[in-house]
Amino acid sequence: MTKGKIVGLEGSFAVAEAVKMANADVIAAYPITPQTHIVERLSEMVAGGDLDAEFICVESEHTAMSACVGASAAGARVFTCTAGQGLELMHEVLYIPSSMRLPVVAVIANRALSAPLTVWCDHSDMMAVRDIGWIQMLAENNQQAFDLTLCAYRIAEDNEVLFPTMVHLDGFYLSHVIEDMVLPDDEEVAGFIPEYKHPFALDPAKPVSMGCYGPPFIYPETKRAQEVAFENTIPKILETWKEFGDAFGRHYAPVEKYKMEDARIALLTMGSCSETAMLAIDEMREERKEVGLIRLRLWRPFPFKEFREAIKNVEVLVVLDRCVSFGMGGPVCSEVKSALYDQRKKPNVVGFIGGLGGRDIPIEGFKYMILRALEKVKAIERGEEIEMEMIGIRE
Amino acid sequence: MEMEKEEEELFVPRLVTTEENFAPGHRACIGCGEALAVRHVCKALGKNAIIVNATGCIEIISSLLPQTSWRVPWIHTLFENAAAVMSGIESAYKARVRKGKIPDKGVKFVGFGGDGATSDIGLQALSGAMERGHNFLYCCFDNEAYMNTGIQRSSSTPYGAWTTTAPVGKKSIGQATWKKNMPEIAVAHKIPYVATACPSYPFDLMDKVKKGVEIEGPAYIHIFSPCPTGWRYPTNLTIEMGRLAVETGVFPLYEVVNGEYRLSFDFPDLKPVKEYMKEQRRFRHLTDDIIEKIQARVEKEYLKLREKAGVK
Repeated sequence: MTKGKIVGLEGSFAVAEAVKMANADVIAAYPITPQTHIVERLSEMVAGGDLDAEFICVESEHTAMSACVGASAAGARVFTCTAGQGLELMHEVLYIPSSMRLPVVAVIANRALSAPLTVWCDHSDMMAVRDIGWIQMLAENNQQAFDLTLCAYRIAEDNEVLFPTMVHLDGFYLSHVIEDMVLPDDEEVAGFIPEYKHPFALDPAKPVSMGCYGPPFIYPETKRAQEVAFENTIPKILETWKEFGDAFGRHYAPVEKYKMEDARIALLTMGSCSETAMLAIDEMREERKEVGLIRLRLWRPFPFKEFREAIKNVEVLVVLDRCVSFGMGGPVCSEVKSALYDQRKKPNVVGFIGGLGGRDIPIEGFKYMILRALEKVKAIERGEEIEMEMIGIRE
Repeated sequence: MEMEKEEEELFVPRLVTTEENFAPGHRACIGCGEALAVRHVCKALGKNAIIVNATGCIEIISSLLPQTSWRVPWIHTLFENAAAVMSGIESAYKARVRKGKIPDKGVKFVGFGGDGATSDIGLQALSGAMERGHNFLYCCFDNEAYMNTGIQRSSSTPYGAWTTTAPVGKKSIGQATWKKNMPEIAVAHKIPYVATACPSYPFDLMDKVKKGVEIEGPAYIHIFSPCPTGWRYPTNLTIEMGRLAVETGVFPLYEVVNGEYRLSFDFPDLKPVKEYMKEQRRFRHLTDDIIEKIQARVEKEYLKLREKAGVK
C-alpha cells in the first residue's frame, strides 16, 4: 500500500527530498547544468535548517568526490551530484570509493560530453564510468529518481555491500520536469534507512591506515576481492528493492519488462525515453506486432541472469544506445551481445544509436528502429554485414 | 663537545616525547630529510589526529601493504586531492559532533603533501580548502622536485638546479624558473597561520606544528626537506643542508600569524649561497655569474621578508 502525499516536484527537487529524508551528514557538490537545481535545493535546505548537514561548496567536481571520500571514510553519510563534464572530472576519484569500499551516494543528471559544448542529455557520461566499480541504476521518472536515491543509501551502506552507488536521471527530461509523485513522510523513510556505521571509520581511538600502496605481490588479490564482493551485491540490491516494495508499494527490478509475455521482438532502452518507447510499443501492439520493451534498471553490476531470463523467448532484440563508443558502435549493444554470446539460444541483436546531445526520439523513432531491425535481420540471414545505424541524422 | 652531547641526552627526552606515531622501519632513503620532518611533525601532533597523505615519497615508503608506519588514523587516496579529502573528513567530524553521533574530542586534521602535490597538481584543492576555512593544518614537505618518480622538476625546484626534466645541456642551465613562493600563496588566502620550518630546527618545527593545529581555521606549514638522493649530496649532510639553507637566506624560517610576519631566526649577515650549494651536485654546473644572480635574488627576497617582519 502506497503511503505518503502526492506532490508535484521536478526531478532535481525529488532527489533533494530523498537526500534530506535520508538525513545526509555531508554534501559536497559543484554546480553544473543540468544538475544545478539539486545543489541549489540542498543548499536551501541546509541554510533553512531543514537538513542538518555540512554543505561543502567546493571548487571542482574532483574535490566534490574527494571530499565525499574523506567524509565517508570518517563515518559520515554523504551525497554528491553532478553531470557530464563534472562526472568526467571526477573520473580519477571515482575508483577510490569503490576500491576502498566507501558507500558514497551520487546522483547523475545524465548529460552529453563536449565537444561541441552541450548541456543536454545523453548517456555518454554514465557509459564512460561503467568500469569503475560503482553500482549504477537508472530512473525513468521523478518518482523513481526519489525512490532509487533512498534505496541507494540502504544498498551502499549495508555492511555486506559497502560500494558507492550512482543513481542516473536524464538531464532536463527528468531533472527539470515537474511530475506528480508520492512523497512519503520522514518517519516512513527513517524506518527504511538505518543509521550508517562504517566498520573501520577513521578514528584516533582505533587507528587504521586506508589507501595503502599495493605492489604486484598483492594488487591482483585486492582486485579479485573487489570483483567478488561487487558481484555479490546483486542479492542485496534485490532484497532492498523487495523491502522497498513491501514498505512503499512501488516495485523495482534489475530488468523491467513491458508487454513481454508473448513478445518475439523486444526493444531495449534505458532511462527516461523508455516511457516514450512504451507508447510506441502500445501503438505497434494495436497493429498486431508481437513487440515488447525491456529496460535496464540496473546497469552495474550487469544483471546477466535477469537479462537472459527477460529475453529468453525473443527472436529479435533491438538495442538503443544514447552514446557512441567510437570505433565500436554503442556500448549497451556491445555489452548485451557479449552477455548473450555463450547462450545456446539467442536472438538476433540489432543496435541503433540515437538521442545524442538531447535530440528527442519521438514515438515514430522507436517504431522505425523496430521495423528497420526486422529488415536488418533479413539482411543478416542473407549473410550481409550490417552497420550500426545512427537514427534521425541529417546526412 | 662531550659535555654538550651529555646534556642533550639528559634534557632532550624531557623536551620531546619519545612516542613515535610515525613508526620506524619505513622504507625511506638513508638521510631522508622528509621522513625526519614527518617524524617531528607526528611527535608534535600526538595521538589525537587524522592524517591525510597525498601520493608521494612519504606515502609509498610508509604504507606498503600489508604493513603501515602509521600509529594514527591515516588515509591516502590520490596525488592532488589531500586537502579536498581533508575537507570531507573535517566536515564529517563537525556534522557528526553537531548531530550527537560522536563526542567532540578535539581531533586534529592534518594534510601531508610534497612540493608537487602542494604547489603544482594539488594547488587548486588546497586553495579551495583554505578559502573555505576548514579547521585543519596542511604540511608541505618540500624536497624541491618530484623525488618519488625520480627527480623531475616541480614549480618548487630552485633556479639553476639540475633535475631529470630540467637537465643541464648546451642550451639549458637546468631549472630555468624561480621557485614558486608557496607560503606567500598561503598568506594571500588570509588564513590565520602560515609558517616555514625545517627539520634542522626541530624545536621550532614542533612548536609551529602545535600552533598550527591549535589555531582555529586553516594553517599552512612549508617544511624544507633536504633530499640527498635528489640533490646529490652525501647522506650525512641532511641536517647541515637545512641549516645552510636557513643561514644563507635561501629558505628563511618565519611565521605569519593573522597576517603579522615574524622571523623565527634572523641573520643580519647571511652566509653566501655558494656555501649551501657547493655540496649539492644538482648545482655543480652553475657558473659564478649565475650563482651571483641567485645570491642577489636571495638577498633581495630576504630584505623584503625582514621588512615585512618589521626588522630594521
